[in-house]
Formats: sequence, C-alpha cells, structure tokens
Amino acid sequence: MAQATPRAQPATTYDVAIIGSGAGGGMAAHELTKAGANVVMLEAGGMWDNARDSAMFRMPYDSPRRGASTPERPFGEWDACIGGWQVPGEPYTKAEGTKFDWWRARMLGGRTNHWGRISLRFGPDDFRRKTLDGLGDDWPISYDDVKPWYDEVDKLIGIFGSVENLRNDPDGMFHEAPAPRYYEHLVKRTSDKMGVTCIPARLSIITKPLNGRAPCHYCGQCNRGCATNSNFSSGNVLIIPALRSGRLKLITDAMAREVLTGADGRATGVAYIEKTTGEDREVRAKVVVLAASACESARILLNSRSARHPNGIANQSGVVGKYLTDTTGTDVAGFIPRLVDVPRHNADGVGGGHIFMPWWLDNRKLDFPRGYHIEVWGGLGMPSYGFMGGIQNYPDGGGYGAGLKQQYRKYWGATVGFSGRGEMVPNGNSYCEIDPEVKDRFGIPVLRFHWEWRDHEYRQVKHMQETFRALIAEMGGEVWSPMPTREQGYGIANGGAIIHELGCVRMGTSERDSAVDANCRAWDCDNLFVADGGPFVSQADKNPTWTILALAMRTSAYITAQRKAGAL
Amino acid sequence: MTDITRRDALQGLLAIPAGLALSPDAVERARAHVAEALVDQGTPAKQGAAQPAAYQPKQFSPDEWHLVRLLVDDVIPRDAHSGSATEAGVPEFMDFILGEYASNQQWMRDGLAWMNAECRRRFDKGFVSCTVPQRHEVLDAIAFPQRAAPEMRAGVEFLNRFRNLTASGYYSSRIGIADLGYVGNRPVAEWEGTPPEVMKWLGP
Ligand SMILES: Cc1cc2nc3c(=O)[nH]c(=O)nc-3n(C[C@H](O)[C@H](O)[C@H](O)COP(=O)(O)OP(=O)(O)OC[C@H]3O[C@@H](n4cnc5c(N)ncnc54)[C@H](O)[C@@H]3O)c2cc1C
Ligand code: SF4
Repeated sequence: MAQATPRAQPATTYDVAIIGSGAGGGMAAHELTKAGANVVMLEAGGMWDNARDSAMFRMPYDSPRRGASTPERPFGEWDACIGGWQVPGEPYTKAEGTKFDWWRARMLGGRTNHWGRISLRFGPDDFRRKTLDGLGDDWPISYDDVKPWYDEVDKLIGIFGSVENLRNDPDGMFHEAPAPRYYEHLVKRTSDKMGVTCIPARLSIITKPLNGRAPCHYCGQCNRGCATNSNFSSGNVLIIPALRSGRLKLITDAMAREVLTGADGRATGVAYIEKTTGEDREVRAKVVVLAASACESARILLNSRSARHPNGIANQSGVVGKYLTDTTGTDVAGFIPRLVDVPRHNADGVGGGHIFMPWWLDNRKLDFPRGYHIEVWGGLGMPSYGFMGGIQNYPDGGGYGAGLKQQYRKYWGATVGFSGRGEMVPNGNSYCEIDPEVKDRFGIPVLRFHWEWRDHEYRQVKHMQETFRALIAEMGGEVWSPMPTREQGYGIANGGAIIHELGCVRMGTSERDSAVDANCRAWDCDNLFVADGGPFVSQADKNPTWTILALAMRTSAYITAQRKAGAL
Repeated sequence: MTDITRRDALQGLLAIPAGLALSPDAVERARAHVAEALVDQGTPAKQGAAQPAAYQPKQFSPDEWHLVRLLVDDVIPRDAHSGSATEAGVPEFMDFILGEYASNQQWMRDGLAWMNAECRRRFDKGFVSCTVPQRHEVLDAIAFPQRAAPEMRAGVEFLNRFRNLTASGYYSSRIGIADLGYVGNRPVAEWEGTPPEVMKWLGP
C-alpha cells in the first residue's frame, strides 16, 4: 500500500508580492508585470471598477438620501471611497492629548478613487530642506533623480496644467488646462493685484485622448470615480490594465498581517487573513513590496518580528513609525456681494479647481520656515444634501416664504473659499507605534498615534488665515467667522485630517537613522521595498501622490534591474 | 432621461475593450457619442416628485405630519417661478432622513412641539388650526435670528435647522434644481470656459 501521507502542494512562488492597491501598489503592479514579473497583489478591500461602479451622472433626486453620507461612504453616498475616519473592526488609538485622524480606504485603488487629483511635482528645494534652512533632513535623492520618473508618470497617466517656469514648482508634460470658471476669474484678478501667484491647476485629468482613454467631458464628478477613466485612479488606469497582462494575480479582501522571513532574514512572502472566511493564509514571493499607505506599511513592518528582526523589519534603528507628517491645513470662506445673481450657466468643469496658487513668498523673510499652496472653491456645483445651509447668515438675515426662495436663487454661487495646504517640519513627537494592548478584529495589533504641531506650523497657518481674509476683503467680500486665535491653533486642522500621511518609513543614507535606502529598499532585508508615502523624508507645499507614483515607478525599475542582474 | 438609460447610453463607450489601443479618432467618436446620447435630460423621474396623498410617514405622528406639510410650504411656497416644498416631496424626504439619521429626531420633535406651544400661547390653538396670518406672525418672530426676541431662542434654533433641511430636500429635488437653473453634471464635448455673457456680467 502506498504511503498515504498527504503532501501539501508547494505553493506558487511569485516573483513579487505587493501589499495594497493604491497609488504606489498600482504603479508597482503595472510596471513589474510590464517588465515580465509574475506578481500577486493583496488588497484588504473589495473589487472596484469605475466603469461599473461609478455613480457619474446621478442626480441627487435619484436617491431619497440626496447624496448625504452613509457609514460606509462618509463623503457622500456616491463618493468613490469605501472607508473613512473609522473602519469597523479596525480601530487605531491615540496617546493622551493627541488629536489625529486617520483616513483609510478599503477597496481596489485605495484612496485614488475619490482623491482630489491635484498632481504637483516636488521641486528641487523640497528634497534638500535641511541644507537650505537647517530644519528636518535632506533626502538622499534630488529632483534630478526623480525628474525622469515624473516625466514617465505624466506620459503614462496624463495630467493637465500650464508651463510656468516657476523655479520650485517644476512644469510637467501637460495636457491643456481648462479655462477658469467665473469666480476663478475674479480670484485670479484679485491675486494678481495682491502679488499672489495664481496659475492654472495641475490635475491628473486628461483633456485629450491618452493610451486608449477618452478625454474628460467636464461633468464635475471626479470624486465619484470617472466611468470613462478620464482621470487617474489606480484601479482603472494601472491595475485593471495590468490584469490584462495575465501576470497579475489580484487577491481582494486579503488583509496582510506580516511579512514572512526566512532564517537568513530575507522576505519569503506575506501572511494575510482572508476576510471572507477569516482564515490565515500566505503567499510566497521572491520580492515583497509594501504599499498599504504610509502608516499601514509601518504597522506591517513593526508587526513583522522574528529572531532576525526583533523590532520589526527595517527597524534596526528604531525609526519605523517616526517622523510621521501630514500637510497643514486651514480654510476660510467668504460671501462675495458682486457675485450675487450670477447668470446661470454650466460652471461644473472638472471635479476640482481650475486654478491654484503655488507658494509665492520667500520664507527667509517670514517668521515660519515652509510654504503652502492655496486651493480655491466656490461656484454653481450640483445642489444636494446640505445645500446652502445657514441661509440666515446671508445679508437678509433669514426669512421664509417667497422672499426666502429669492435669497437662495440670488446667493447661490456667491461664496468663494480658500484652503491652505502647507508643509510641516517633521518632528520627533509626531509618530505612530504599535499599541501594546489593542488588536483589530483580525487579531492584528493596531497603531497608536502621537501628534504635535509646532510654532512653525501655527505661524504658517496664521499666515494662511490672514492671506485668505485679505483676498476676500480685496474681492469686496465678507468673512463671517472670526479670525481664530492662537488658543484655537489659528484654525489648524488635526494631524492626519488633510490625509497626506507621509514619512514613517523614511529613506536615508544610513541604516543608523533610516528604514530604507534611496531605492526604497529595507536596509536589513534586501528583497523588501516600500512604494507608498512611507519613505518620504519630508512633505512639501505640494500634495504627495504624484511623487508617490514617480518613486514607485523608480523603485519598480530598480527591482526589475536587480532581477535581470540575478540579484533578487 | 432616467439613470438607467443614461447608463445604457454610456455603454457605447464602455463596451470598447479598454485593452485595445484606440486611435485618437475612435476615442473622439466615442466621446461625441456620449455627448450626443446624454444631452437630453427630458423625462421626469419617478423619485423625488410629490408623493400621492396616501403616503404613510414612518417618523412623524399624523398630527406632526400635518404640521410638517404646512410648515415646509410656509418656508418654501409655490411662487410664479416654481412649485412648493410639498410638491417637491420635501415632507417625504424629511421622513426618510429622520429614519436614516436618527440624530435629527429629537430636535425635530421638540421643535414641532414648540411651534404648537407657541401658537397656543398666542392664539389658543395648535399650529395647524391657525390662520395663515397667525402662522406668519409666529414665523416672523423666529425666522430672523438677529432681530428675534431672546425668549424666542428655541424657536429660532429649530427654524434654522428646519429651514436647512427643507432647503436640502427642495433644492436637491427636480423642481428645486430647475428653479435654481443648475445645468451641469452632463457631458460637455469641449470646455469653453466662462460664457461671454457671464464674463460681461462680471465686468473688468
Ligand atoms: C479626500 C482625499 C483627497 C485627496 N486629494 C489628494 C490630491 O488632490 N492630491 C494628492 O496628491 N493626494 C491626495 N490625496 C491623498 C492620496 O489619496 C494618497 O496620497 C494616495 O492615495 C496614497 O497612495 P498609497 O499608495 O499610499 O495607497 P492608498 O491609496 O492609501 O491605498 C492603500 C491600499 O492598501 C490597502 N491596505 C491597507 N492595509 C492593508 C493590509 N494590511 N493588507 C492589504 N491591503 C491593505 C487599502 O485597503 C488600500 O486600498 C487625497 C486623499 C483623500 C482621502
Ligand atoms: S470631470 Fe472629467 S475626469 Fe472628472 S469624472 Fe467627469 S469626465 Fe471624468
């Protein structure tokens, strides 16, 4: 009788395992499959395909909810983000006194389905801040190292904008930017008068055909996901095309727990929980790429402990989780009497501002070290749940009846708002670590956040408030909220609230004070890479995603070269 | 055009296998197709329109329902330009919202009770039994927060919220959107910027 001992089928060993399908993971999957690798991708959320799931063209009256939020969709029932500030069964904790908000998406494409698409390159100064002002740290790479990858991202994904030749806001390979809306013309004129640089927006939306995708048709609904894929989402622009290569195995509802390593300390694969069954599973791979979002990648590294990695992988120096940063933010809106009774027309345009103000001042002449950019909002957007709340604040002071209806008509479209988005200086008191007690519903230890804004940030946000109020006054407008005081933090948003988590798996020149090298490879595990915002050494006065994409592309090229050389 | 047919119209574009490298020409044609197919927004929808009288509220008592239906039309009446809040289905919308977002139930209930109490205090009868001028007298006392008497505060706060919710329901309805003249969320083949007549209105 033959021996009946069942032998486990040797699991497939993939060339690369990627954790997370957002900006970084999507780019890695696209580039690595293109280069011939067999790739497996683990995504904690479910499938999402904008061609099928986008709610483009829905009108508010198509739902009894009229676009209001749901627990699953905190930014509105048609917003293309499943997730939010809280994810059921997946808590995070905060040290006493810490105010921090962590937004997580749980779906194919992660946060790139409903993000704002503001796609700005970091400039030459942004990679060498310490050299310039002594604060924070320099990156181990420069703008020139990243520039070719920005160019490739522009060509692959597409972006509109205008060539401006601004020194620290490099131009890209732009499609034509859409002309301003009525209130944006007014803001532009006012900015020009006040010496505030105001230029066409730079959004990852295509205005001419690109790689089989149709150009934008200006429905203004980008945050719902674009059914014609005229804007960038990782799922539809990178991952679904990568699936067509036949070399990408996508496993959704797969919550990665830790990176598995062998006796030599090298990565052998990833342990994950199959959410539909609750079972523990693993994938084997020769290379592992973490792209679960900066904080989540830090969490996975810290939870990947073994004899060779007693503090977690990439953490010999204890730096994983440290130097967590977010963008600073504050907003001011004003009522602009000269925009009352704006003649009706379609002012939707793309789903985002058509203009913005890059940082225009010299910090050496100011009492705060880093800059900010300004985003502008207003217009005749689709009315839905929450429409013109607080009508009693307008000049008529409230009312009812036919007169009230007249107010809604005349005041609609007469409000303009400004949002400042600035660079914080990384500090030692803003970080995340593993909570020693709390676990999520899968039994995975969760993150605990610590947060501190410093005077650098408070003074910068005060400057934002003063600038926005001055712009509104110059437009002849009124601001109804008083200038926030120092005690109110000048209106600074909570850490995390601007949703640009970066830096807690920082790159550097030495394993003594950084987690990954200049190629985003873990110092102590040569087949482990990080492709999200974790490796960032600093923020900039720009949104981060275009740089996440460029670095993920660059890291993928490095992995491909190393594989070709037989080193991985 | 209902959402389903709008979606069907999109199929013309979506059916193109995305892997196929399309010539710019083909993409242009597809785009023109979407634009043509979707411009017509004609037929009225089923939802959002005034419900038949037989509608049974789930969150309001019959008395409250009666009051709500009068009050939403006091806030947003029919005028020469457009229909009223009840015609736009605002009471039904409120009933839904209170069911889905329970945090609205208490202030609504307390506020409706306050309206009745105030009417009884002034006219010895509940809101729904008052004449139109009597209802308006109460509304005048609470609809303008800056000039309202301090003892009217509870009524002022209630009406602020009630007016917000009425506007949410009304201006997200088909009637309300037509009233405002919102003409977006539709495909536009070329973005031409702000129309010349609006630029003229904006002035230099
Ligand atoms: C409302 C909003 C507006 C924004 N606007 C802009 C903007 O205008 N410009 C800009 O540059 N940026 C913007 N951002 C930020 C931008 O979305 C992020 O920078 C970008 O998506 C980060 O990409 P990522 O690779 O870190 O992955 P994410 O997009 O964060 O995706 C991570 C993915 O990993 C999955 N995952 C997490 N943990 C695990 C696990 N343990 N196992 C398996 N999978 C896991 C998640 O489910 C998710 O799908 C915005 C974000 C939000 C929310
Ligand atoms: S505005 Fe353009 S890119 Fe955005 S959803 Fe509409 S068609 Fe797509």
